[in-house]
Amino acid sequence: MRWLQHRNLWLGAMLAAVFVAAALISFLWTPFDVTKLNIPEKLQTPSMEHWFGTDHFGRDIFSMIMVGARTSIAVALVAVSIGIVAGVPLGLAAAARHDSPLDEIIMRSNDLVFAFPALLIAIMITAIFGPSAINAIIAIGIFNIPVFARLSRAAALGLWTREFILAARVAGKSASRISVEHILPNMLNLLIVQGTIQFSLGILAEAGLSYVGLGAQPPIPSWGRMLAESQTMITFAPHLALFPGFAIVFTVLGLNLFGDGLRDYFDPKISRGRH
Amino acid sequence: MLRYAVRRLLSLSLTLLVASLVIFVAIEIVPGDPAAYMLGMNAAPDTVAALRAELGLDVGPVQRYLNWLGGMLSGDFGTSYTYRTPVVDMIGDRLMISLPLALYALTLSTLIAFPAGIIAATRRGSAADVSVMGVTQLGVAIPNFWFAMLLVLVFAINLRWFSAGGFPGWDQGLLAGIKALTLPAIALALPQASILARVMRSSLLDTLDEDFIRTARAKGLSTRQTLWRHALRNALIPVLTIIGLQFSFLLAGAIIIENVFFLPGLGRLVFQSISQRDLIVVESVVMLLVFAVVVVTFLVDLAYAAVDPRLRRTN
Repeated sequence: MRWLQHRNLWLGAMLAAVFVAAALISFLWTPFDVTKLNIPEKLQTPSMEHWFGTDHFGRDIFSMIMVGARTSIAVALVAVSIGIVAGVPLGLAAAARHDSPLDEIIMRSNDLVFAFPALLIAIMITAIFGPSAINAIIAIGIFNIPVFARLSRAAALGLWTREFILAARVAGKSASRISVEHILPNMLNLLIVQGTIQFSLGILAEAGLSYVGLGAQPPIPSWGRMLAESQTMITFAPHLALFPGFAIVFTVLGLNLFGDGLRDYFDPKISRGRH
Repeated sequence: MLRYAVRRLLSLSLTLLVASLVIFVAIEIVPGDPAAYMLGMNAAPDTVAALRAELGLDVGPVQRYLNWLGGMLSGDFGTSYTYRTPVVDMIGDRLMISLPLALYALTLSTLIAFPAGIIAATRRGSAADVSVMGVTQLGVAIPNFWFAMLLVLVFAINLRWFSAGGFPGWDQGLLAGIKALTLPAIALALPQASILARVMRSSLLDTLDEDFIRTARAKGLSTRQTLWRHALRNALIPVLTIIGLQFSFLLAGAIIIENVFFLPGLGRLVFQSISQRDLIVVESVVMLLVFAVVVVTFLVDLAYAAVDPRLRRTN
């Protein structure tokens, strides 16, 4: 019954799976059409027909949250992929040429990107190209690059001193081949755990960006913008502000628990020290 | 120590220089002429040309960059395209709200996180520890702007203890200003306090496992004495780093939270400037925030090296 010991892992996986499922199902079916306005039924409180109520245009909140899950998950997922695809090779290259000018350049560029919080990158991109979900992806993605570059460099530096790497070097393998064939597979666990963390941070960042109007634009539903729109109606329709907020919290909570659980699963030593 | 500081200072200046170049080039890509935009479609070409000259836009990009950089170094951030007032004055006014807000939130989060982290670590496995871990797990998952909206709903709309937004101005008295910043600061502080409490807990747990703690206990110090004299001081190093890192998140977070409470801070200024295409303001605010982040990181590194001499060598 090993899985029972990993309660966080399963609880997190189930929570996150609910929202991934909601996003996927929304492509095929939603209880109501989120693009259709139905003014006579506006601002209804939760009922059997509209589980989460309706908004000021009479749209079904439950359906909007399902479709909004797509935006959040897609933005965060692509942003994490950008971070991994660009960051990991940089980190591996820096570690393979440790203390060389290349290492120095990569690490100083990382410092430079780190000086720009994701929000500032988003502000600049929006100032230049205007707001959109794509710009949110780019902003969060750029922010993720140094995170993965630093992590893979640190992990790879540790691995380069190991004997099996020495053996590979003696066998005459090139540094890049060793990085891909031996270093990378040995740090996959770390990357997966960090990927989960960045994924949940990405969901939060996307919500924040669309809340201030720098993310997905109407008519694409997004949780952050639903919250922004609900703000002026919070006195007489607080349910508008509650459900999208809960959606964000449960998704992020699920991913965080999943990430913690994965870390414990991969490295039981750490969990004994912490819990 | 001095050599380390000088080396870090050089690398900091280089980072800032490259950052300023990145920001300038990025904003330069923006199509359109601010002067033509300000004057509208029917402006005569010579009027536009005159305004271009007035705004310093009639010289080449290299010269413009050098002017901007030189101006900033001497405290002149240029003139807002929209309001025709010095950018430095606009930023100064707004900083009077954003900076106190970030500091207020930082203070709150430290005041919450330290006791919570210490209690959780010293009573590992107890109900208090489990509750701290549970609450902080939730705290990091809550978007601060949503938490801010809930605070408004409960404390401003229902209980009427605070106003739902706006800022009376510091001239209305310190207390009125602090009161207006209280809900925003709590909203900003919650996620940060959660992260900080978790770091505090795990750092203290690691320290409490060390041999020197056992030695301190063996020579007869009480649990409390060991904690205050030895464990906390050593556990603080990673916590300090996180506090430093948090400051940049707080400044950025403040930009979003200001929107919830309609506070006329840097955030409102930057979003207004984006919609009015007042790019020189956007450029300057972004540069200022990057400056703040880089300088705070530098100070934390320095504090770190002062506390732990080993770090000076390895870096």
